[in-house]
Amino acid sequence: MTLLLTNARLVDPETGTVAPGALLLRNGVIAERFDTPTPDIGTDHVPQDNRRDAQGKCVAPGIVDIGVKICEPGERHKESYGSAGLAAAAGGVTTIVTRPDTAPAIDTPESLEFIRRRANEAAPVHVLPMAALTKGREGREMTEIGFLMDAGAVAFTDCDSVVRDTKVLSRAMTYARALGALIVGHPQEPNLSAGAATTSGKFASLRGLPAVSPMAERMGIDRDIALIEMTGVRYHADQITTTRALPALERAKRNGFDVTAGVSMHHLTLNEYDVADYRTFFKVKPPLRAEDDRHAVVEAVKSGLIDVIGSFHTPQDEESKRLPFEEAASGAVGLETLLPVLMRLYHSGDLDLPTLFRALSLNPARRLGLECGRLAKGAPADLVLFDPDKPLVLDRFKLLSKSKNTPFDGARLQGKVLETFVSGTSVYRSP
Amino acid sequence: MSFSHRHLLGIEALRPDEISTLLDLSDTYAERNRTRTSCTEVLAGMTQINMFFESSTRTLASFELAGKRLGAGVMNMAMQASSLKKGETLIDTALTLNAMRPDLLVVRHPHSGAVDLLSQKVDCAVLNAGDGRHEHPTQALLDALTIRRAKGRLHRLSIAICGDIAHSRVARSNIMLLGKMENRVRLVGPQTLMPSGIEDFGVEVFEDMREGLRDVDVVMMLRLQKERMDGGFIPSEREYYHRYGLDAEKLGYARDDAIVMHPGPMNRGVEIDGTLADDINRSVIQEQVEMGVAVRMAAMDLLAQSLRVRRAAQDVSVMA
Repeated sequence: MTLLLTNARLVDPETGTVAPGALLLRNGVIAERFDTPTPDIGTDHVPQDNRRDAQGKCVAPGIVDIGVKICEPGERHKESYGSAGLAAAAGGVTTIVTRPDTAPAIDTPESLEFIRRRANEAAPVHVLPMAALTKGREGREMTEIGFLMDAGAVAFTDCDSVVRDTKVLSRAMTYARALGALIVGHPQEPNLSAGAATTSGKFASLRGLPAVSPMAERMGIDRDIALIEMTGVRYHADQITTTRALPALERAKRNGFDVTAGVSMHHLTLNEYDVADYRTFFKVKPPLRAEDDRHAVVEAVKSGLIDVIGSFHTPQDEESKRLPFEEAASGAVGLETLLPVLMRLYHSGDLDLPTLFRALSLNPARRLGLECGRLAKGAPADLVLFDPDKPLVLDRFKLLSKSKNTPFDGARLQGKVLETFVSGTSVYRSP
Repeated sequence: MSFSHRHLLGIEALRPDEISTLLDLSDTYAERNRTRTSCTEVLAGMTQINMFFESSTRTLASFELAGKRLGAGVMNMAMQASSLKKGETLIDTALTLNAMRPDLLVVRHPHSGAVDLLSQKVDCAVLNAGDGRHEHPTQALLDALTIRRAKGRLHRLSIAICGDIAHSRVARSNIMLLGKMENRVRLVGPQTLMPSGIEDFGVEVFEDMREGLRDVDVVMMLRLQKERMDGGFIPSEREYYHRYGLDAEKLGYARDDAIVMHPGPMNRGVEIDGTLADDINRSVIQEQVEMGVAVRMAAMDLLAQSLRVRRAAQDVSVMA
């Protein structure tokens, strides 16, 4: 299979440039990269049918989304590998890195093999599974990290169920370090944040909601960094969302620890006041923060202190959300809205396109040791073609996810995915 | 009369003139209650359902009596024992009740925002009888009426609210109401029982009760819930009483004519001295209970009026 993508604006996170160019895709990789929009290649070499004119739109490395929840096994009515795969393709996400917080948790090689099989059958994009760090995500006994790595686990995490027992965590980290496994932590002091539905402050008090101090995140990252220093494990913080947690992260990186951090699209574009009159679609974990915090994490993405942006796609059915705010489930879907929502930061002048794709594609790929996330010759032909300017009004019922719980319903956005390629093959084309 | 709200969900949505309208009408009902003048024509033929998802004695009794005095058919539903135990969601319960066509729905729920959510799903008028830590509007209104009757005005007064502010919907509604009517509100209590961001509410915060009570016109005590002790918010009842319990000595810092209020039920010897609570020269606690019925009659009267206006408008549009 050969495809010549001409007349494109190439968004290259490695060089930090956006420039006209063309790409020749062959055998699932980028066979050639041209600095001219219409390279001189004869039709005997690449036939007319195998040429695609990008019409001056942007081509970037496909998104690698770390921390996607697909509700198989357990709650397939909320999201399946089929529906999530279609949603990912429509959102320009070419690699989904799944969370193990299903019911039951993915904590054995057998259950990991089950979801890999389901993913291969049903999803048009790459799916890489993460496995639980402790059995049942209960924080007591570590999982079979070695067997799980052999079975294809790319990282180990208990997701939002923080391992409370520091001894258990330190042993799991020591063991993981010996195997070179990557641990993904959720920085949060679990006793302080227990039962919280929002971030403490004026808004939480006005609404009378149980709240957590943003300091709980800093305590979480402080503990984890001390354990990293102690064990030498490779560590990625799933979400850093507050100003107060950033200096600790900065220090850890400066000291040369193998630490990276992510942030969700929601914490980059929304703040606590968006909850307004108890709108449960805005209930996420950790809760939305103050506007100052939002600014600080946007700056941290810009400077590279925060490495990765993810959707933290968390499907919830209507019944889980149509409840009083405290009782309602947390999380929002985001695979399809990730790119258009983040274009807000591009249009506001906060982040340029190469910086965005450094956090969306290049850095997560590097962290997981993947070849993708680049536009270089020889890199996998996982690509997204998009128009950063095209306006749209989001209609949640048009989402391909089985669950429609997006906080951006009715939002006016700019930025649309036109086509997505996985291993050189088109898996989605905008209607 | 200027009151066109469909529901009474909180003080936050009310304008000062609407609060005055409510209080003026409440005054009328208070007089009628004292003179035993019948007003059963006001809600005649209407149905009131009291849905309490959290146990209550006095608020429930007050709403029931208010409805009956106005001539409504009143039904009480203790929801803890009912369908929620069977797994029914709040919205389904609301829709079920809505299908029975009530006119007034009085709701108390342990979660903030739950009454708001429920009101979006029903056709009738909804009165919030307390939702989580959010609001308890009729309590704030009855407190305001009591103050207005005792002090002759409801503006430019200095009012101290003392105790567990963080977990109190009564405090939130009162802070908003008293602020809207241009009073100076002070909050007195240990820092562990203050909500976060409270300094942005336009109030003064005091940890020292004597300082906080200095020269105030009104001392409003809040109930300290027993479960707060287990939560580690305060070390013990006796230390709390020593530092934040209202007794004659601490009250001495307030103005000589300061009144003492408590939303009830009281913990004598925990937040208030028993003798002080019974002192008819200072305590208006019994008056608060009396005004509670009057305020709830006024609120239901006004909501029923706007309900009738809305229904009449619907009938016209159906005929047209």
